Amino acid sequence: MSRICRRQLLRSAGALAALGAVPGFLARALAAATPGSGKTLVLVFLRGGADGLSIVPPVGDPAYRAARPTLALAPPGRDGGAIRLDDVFALHPALAPLRPLWSDGTLGIVHAAGLPGATRSHFDAQDFCESGTPGTKSTGDGWLNRAVQRAQGPDGAFRVVALQPTLPRMLLGDAPAVAMSSLGQFRLPGGPGGSSAFDALYAQAVDTALRSTGLETFGALREAGSAKLAQLPPANGAEYGNAPIARRLQDVARLIRSGVGLQVSATDMGGWDTHVGEGTEKGQLAVRLAELGGALAAFARDLGSRWADTRVVVMTEFGRTARENGNRGTDHGTASVMLVLGGGVRGGRVVGGYRGLARPQLFEERDLAIGTDVRSVLWEAAAAQLALRDPSTVFPGFNPGAPVLG
Amino acid sequence: MDPDCRIDAMRVPHPRGVPEGNSWAAPVFEIISMRFTPLGLALLLGCATASPGSSPPAPGAATDARLAPLQLPRVSWSSEEQAVHLLDRLAYGPSPRDLRQVEAMGPGAWISWQLRPADIDDRAIERRLADFPSLAMSTRELVARYPRAKKVAEAKGISLEGKSPEALRSELAEVVNPFHLPRQVGAELVAARLIRATESRRQFQEQLVDFWFNHFNVSADKGPVRWMVSPYEREAIRPHLFGTFRELLGAVAHHPAMLFYLDNWASGRLGLNENYARELLELHTLGVDGGYTQEDVREVARCFTGWGIRRPKEDGSFEFHPMAHDRGSKRVLGVDIPAGGGMEDGERVLDLLATQQATARFIARKLAQKFVMDAPPPALVERVAQVFLRSGGELTATYRALFESPEFWSDAARGSKVKTPLEFTVSAVRALGGTTAGDVPLVQALNRMGQPLYRAQPPTGWPEVAQPWVNPGALVARIDFGLRLASGRLTGTAIPLPPAGGPPEELVDRTARAVLHRPLGEQTRATVLAALGASEVMPDGERRPIDGLKLVGLLLGAPEFQNQ
Repeated sequence: MSRICRRQLLRSAGALAALGAVPGFLARALAAATPGSGKTLVLVFLRGGADGLSIVPPVGDPAYRAARPTLALAPPGRDGGAIRLDDVFALHPALAPLRPLWSDGTLGIVHAAGLPGATRSHFDAQDFCESGTPGTKSTGDGWLNRAVQRAQGPDGAFRVVALQPTLPRMLLGDAPAVAMSSLGQFRLPGGPGGSSAFDALYAQAVDTALRSTGLETFGALREAGSAKLAQLPPANGAEYGNAPIARRLQDVARLIRSGVGLQVSATDMGGWDTHVGEGTEKGQLAVRLAELGGALAAFARDLGSRWADTRVVVMTEFGRTARENGNRGTDHGTASVMLVLGGGVRGGRVVGGYRGLARPQLFEERDLAIGTDVRSVLWEAAAAQLALRDPSTVFPGFNPGAPVLG
Repeated sequence: MDPDCRIDAMRVPHPRGVPEGNSWAAPVFEIISMRFTPLGLALLLGCATASPGSSPPAPGAATDARLAPLQLPRVSWSSEEQAVHLLDRLAYGPSPRDLRQVEAMGPGAWISWQLRPADIDDRAIERRLADFPSLAMSTRELVARYPRAKKVAEAKGISLEGKSPEALRSELAEVVNPFHLPRQVGAELVAARLIRATESRRQFQEQLVDFWFNHFNVSADKGPVRWMVSPYEREAIRPHLFGTFRELLGAVAHHPAMLFYLDNWASGRLGLNENYARELLELHTLGVDGGYTQEDVREVARCFTGWGIRRPKEDGSFEFHPMAHDRGSKRVLGVDIPAGGGMEDGERVLDLLATQQATARFIARKLAQKFVMDAPPPALVERVAQVFLRSGGELTATYRALFESPEFWSDAARGSKVKTPLEFTVSAVRALGGTTAGDVPLVQALNRMGQPLYRAQPPTGWPEVAQPWVNPGALVARIDFGLRLASGRLTGTAIPLPPAGGPPEELVDRTARAVLHRPLGEQTRATVLAALGASEVMPDGERRPIDGLKLVGLLLGAPEFQNQ
């Protein structure tokens, strides 16, 4: 059944249900009509330009310590030192919870990832990462929405969910997507029945954006209510803690484990714009990384056997300057690091074409140069999870080249 | 100009704490006290309708752009439609009081009045805000008066080492006054913003605070900015809403809140920090396509070295540090700034930026997006930009150009914008003449809809266009808010309900008219009546009276109320 056809059916079903003529099961039956692959793609966007050179420090690069006299992390083995990954790279000590994933090969790292046509503006760089068309501002939709449009999917109300108050740029577009702060707050008083009048009001809305959003909303509300999604406790002894990113990933895990057909999810985390007092094994960046690492580790554990069907990509809009600035921080730079986690990842290795921090190797004599286009990593993950074949429909005019981690 | 020529403040008694909309749906006669000098009267009458018939200002009379009557294009809308559109854009939606005011004065005179907030008597609001002592304090006073709990404990010799969070909490609770914690500063500022947006008579001023604060965004979540953000709004934003863009830009550039938020306080000759310089060009003035280079960013950063803060965590006032300033020569946008300068290097950059074509277009476009439509026609942007440039960045003249444009008064503009969460919540309270104390439940509702006030983290502030705000999670939060507001479950925020009784159809029509200012569509009306059980008959044969709370909740959550 085509998406449009289903949406029209849902609309009339909702309107009728509101008047008491048709029970809600019709909508649910429709939602379950198309089976999906059961795989999920999760995007975590670190907003503010996360410092790849501290997250996965190149401790084996002699130029690293020289560029960062106060910010360089201690080498592996020292007190507060980084965690050894290979001869060049180490992991920030606050990411220790991810160590088991590295060891079992479900964490791969792409170093020196970035987008061509470097812009050091947060706004532009995020825009380009999310539109997937660097240099072209007029792109109306987001790359992840285009990917969903090309994919076969379960077509339920929770096929695409952003765990953040507003829909991110990468999910804007024709494919329906739900944004919510949390599953717990996604409900109306009076239970599933309490929304029926609004369901009918929005089905009649003149404003087309509000009308289609209404359809998505009330379909999702019915499903969330009947499945009691928000109450699902973590499995396998996973402990999420209280960081906002942990709560969001816990809700993503609930959606995956309850089998409502989550195919794509996105969330984000702020606080990476470390111009001043970035810190080393402790401090501003370490606090953020501990939250992120703890949340990802709990997520993997919670998913249990479903981890094999899940892939998480952690990205940011740009890296930071190779050299630290005068405030024990770093300014906007170019390439950064991407983490790719999940069952299908051939991880346990750092790839990506890192060139080094010695002056001639730097981009514009200040930033880590790009070794891998961010889109190559995104395409690889999307193609694997959504069974896509043609990259030009998602990233127009871009050739993703050889596999990065595949 | 003779002060008597002004339309004087319209003073309407507004007893504190009493919802002014108690007179719901009944005819109301306001006492409008006005000094009717002949010219004042002519001014008023000349602007009373949105027609081009009013005579042009006499020579010399237009020297103060604020006082010349607006030349509004002819529209075919009813006077209620005109008033509702004005209040949807220049105010936080129609309230019964403001609607009567616009209809009594006429759109042109009302806009002209709103452009002169000093002439609008707002003492009722000022008295209410006197309950919030932090609003008048300097950063130094705020830091001293609202210290962090740990600092209080340490000052009292209580050791915090090695204690569990629970033990720590109970120990702190004994020594710390919860109303003197840093969060109180934010709570009072948010409450004040919500009270003003809801009930101030200076509605346009409040919309401008929203616009310009967002344009020059700072986030209270960044370190000591929590003690600077209240002074920032009071000192850098509010006094300059109707002056020149250069004055506003300068006040912001000098303010410790901005200097800290974008790290310029820490930028020096030996440790250059580009953060402020980049956002100054990209977000505050030229816009991202404004034709500057990475080299310009660097040179601008050099010009602002030494613009700092005196002891940020204790005093928090502006201070120029000559030793940190880069005294070398600089070149910004092709203009040489000679060596040997001091603090004036930064001022020269601001002078330069404030008068650029790119700045005029960027500001004009953002204003048009806020007040006219999400995708403003380029011709409108260009026309407003030219007024900005010709007037030397006079903001009042720029606003006037917007409101005098045919685009502002076009069918394409009317009802075309989706309300932001702030606009939605405040307009819901105002619709029936409600009041708010800006308490926690209202604030939490805004947070849930994705707009925690004063806490937008990125320097871009909150989005102005519809798309990011329209999604299922936010829609659920909006509907839920409407229901809770109507049923009186938002402590501190209340709306008067329509008087019950009479046939259900009449009550639905009357209430819909008051909330939405247009009749319900046939199908929508049937849906609302069905949802209210209007056709049910009780055992004694009477029709069931409909639930007025539920009716208002339905209307506030309806799609028609999400737009403005």
